[in-house]
Amino acid sequence: MALWFARLATDRLQRREAAAPGAPPLVVAAREKNALRLAAVDAAAARLGLMPGQALANARAMVPELRVVPQDIAADDALLMRLAAWCDRFTPLVAVEAPQGLLLDVSGAAHLFGGEAALLGHILASLRATGFGVQGAIAGTARAARALARHKDGCIVPPGEERAAISCLPIEALALDAVVTHAFRRAGLKTLAQAAGRKRAEITARFGAGTLAALDEICGMEASPISPRPPQPDYWLAQNFAVPVITQEVIRASLLGLAQKLCAWLEQDGAGARQVAASFFRADGATRRIGIETAGPTREAQMLDRLFQERLAALADPLDPGFGFDLIRLHATRVERWREERAGLEEDARAEGDIRFLIDQLSARFGRGKLLRLEPQDTHVPEQAWRSTPAQEAQGLPATWPDLRAAGEAPCRPLRLLAPPELAEVMQEPLRLTWRRAVHRLRQWEGPERIALEWWRGADAGAARDYYRAEDDDGRRFWLFCEAAPEPARWFVHGLFA
Amino acid sequence: MPSSFDIPTQSLAAPGARLALGPAGLDGFLGGGLRRGALHEVFGPAGHEAAATGFALGLACRLGGARPLLWIRQDFSAREFGAPCATGLKDFGIDPARLLLLHAASAEEALRAAGDGLRCGALGGVIIELAGTPKILDLTASRRLVLASAQRQVPALLLRFNAPPEASAAETRWLARAAASARSDEDWGQPVFDVSLIRNRQGRTGQWVVAWSCDDGCFKDQAAAFGAVVCPAGDRQAAAA
Repeated sequence: MALWFARLATDRLQRREAAAPGAPPLVVAAREKNALRLAAVDAAAARLGLMPGQALANARAMVPELRVVPQDIAADDALLMRLAAWCDRFTPLVAVEAPQGLLLDVSGAAHLFGGEAALLGHILASLRATGFGVQGAIAGTARAARALARHKDGCIVPPGEERAAISCLPIEALALDAVVTHAFRRAGLKTLAQAAGRKRAEITARFGAGTLAALDEICGMEASPISPRPPQPDYWLAQNFAVPVITQEVIRASLLGLAQKLCAWLEQDGAGARQVAASFFRADGATRRIGIETAGPTREAQMLDRLFQERLAALADPLDPGFGFDLIRLHATRVERWREERAGLEEDARAEGDIRFLIDQLSARFGRGKLLRLEPQDTHVPEQAWRSTPAQEAQGLPATWPDLRAAGEAPCRPLRLLAPPELAEVMQEPLRLTWRRAVHRLRQWEGPERIALEWWRGADAGAARDYYRAEDDDGRRFWLFCEAAPEPARWFVHGLFA
Repeated sequence: MPSSFDIPTQSLAAPGARLALGPAGLDGFLGGGLRRGALHEVFGPAGHEAAATGFALGLACRLGGARPLLWIRQDFSAREFGAPCATGLKDFGIDPARLLLLHAASAEEALRAAGDGLRCGALGGVIIELAGTPKILDLTASRRLVLASAQRQVPALLLRFNAPPEASAAETRWLARAAASARSDEDWGQPVFDVSLIRNRQGRTGQWVVAWSCDDGCFKDQAAAFGAVVCPAGDRQAAAA
């Protein structure tokens, strides 16, 4: 099914301000090759003979009381995305065809809504009721549906009859570039029926193989896939509500019910979910998608439910049911093979499960970037010797940390590292360190340990550093370095020992 | 010592969970060591934050063994006091892979996360690092930590910087400062702490100088570690408690 929003940009503006009768015609203008041209016109402007592509000065000359608004492509695209999200309720396969179209793969979904005619009628009526000038059509291939939506609104083509349906459409319906379309017209082929009537070899020789493929497609002989908006999840379940639900208890109960079904399904397939998303479709068209992640494959409905509760409780803008949700859907967006826990280590397995749940719980509430684990990195630059990775990703990697300190020796790296290193002053005779406006008399002192930064990285690697361990009179232990290269030498405090 | 607050805690009812810290004198004084399922506070005076961190990590190691540790810090902590240094932790005797680091935006978040952590019986301890005196950290909040800690026997360690000691339900409260290495020693720079036990629900208060042995993962008398300065165990009533 293809939907074509003929006046998306002006509809977007007019939906906001319920247009009073007698308001001036509205056009959207964009700068194109240094000239202001109309990008979209509303119904009133179209009746007065204005059309997209016209120069703004001409339009003004024709209709002096014109209301002109600059184009906002980002807002139009965002609106189209929202419309696509709304269409998600009919089929999971919705492709956005910027700037003005949507493609829905309704095969296998139409019977749920009373057949193709009822589905198309319902979608068009709902969208028109909310103020969109929309046209739609259903056909066997995307290109045919697109052409029919633009040129033959409301048309539903039975399988195999695309050729007859498109025969009277103008050649522009092929949606090829202007040069090819012009070439068709000059060759006297003004409708698709004429073009399709020519021999295939002639079309290829004159217009290229791509044109022939497009012609095949629009005649329903060849189909090309559409690219749906989000990648299609393998596992998804939905619950419809005859009466929109508002109360938290019902929402939670249905989420849990869906989670149980999902988990049963996953168990059947020997899989576990790593990422699960719940989509809430509001009765007034708004949709909200909330995702959770787990550190390992999961198929415990209770756990998913608790993670969703965490996530919902932590939302900055809470889930607002408005007039109620009429559809709640659960997708497993990332699924992994289920790993059987090793038998015999029940105690260990339970402890590991507990930790994993804690990681998931805290990541769901605070965000996955807030709970971190440390992983070693293969470099000798002190501040890059490890990396903080989100705990959910860092699972189960056996890390080997190099031993910098020989047995019996004092630590040679500090417990707390200042990032970035802080500028300090070191005075000789007597040895003093001035750092954060305090003066420390240094009693003991060891070094230097020269650490050359990664010279192969070029100029931005920085100068070599001479590191010292130092202890002041109170027993505070500092990790200092002296950067020798740019004269005069500069001292930094890089870390603090216990 | 008479407690100024009469709050019965569940940790009192669970005997036998005392774990030795290392130095015989200190353990004897504490009646065998510290309880695992309880809240212990470590205060770091200004300039001694790293030392207090080391002491708290030492306590976590003694109480939690080799289990994972959850270390909750506030967002600004890295700038102010320095971020945990993985190589330094390794040197200190703690496997960095054991650590789970959580950045909390506020003290409230930190305490909430701590509650969840303490409910996870597989953890070896929860370190809550808080700077200043957040309003949310009152007697009720600390009592909540005590109860959660006692339930699953997960040690709760509250690391406080820039804060005056105030009323709480903690089992022990320590003031940890860095102590100077022995002057004569060749290998100076071992972690040495001057710790004051300024509040103890179970007994007396006192002051000790203890060293941390990075190799053995336990505290030692400084005398035993360095053979130099001997600081006798104090037996003073701390005014602040």
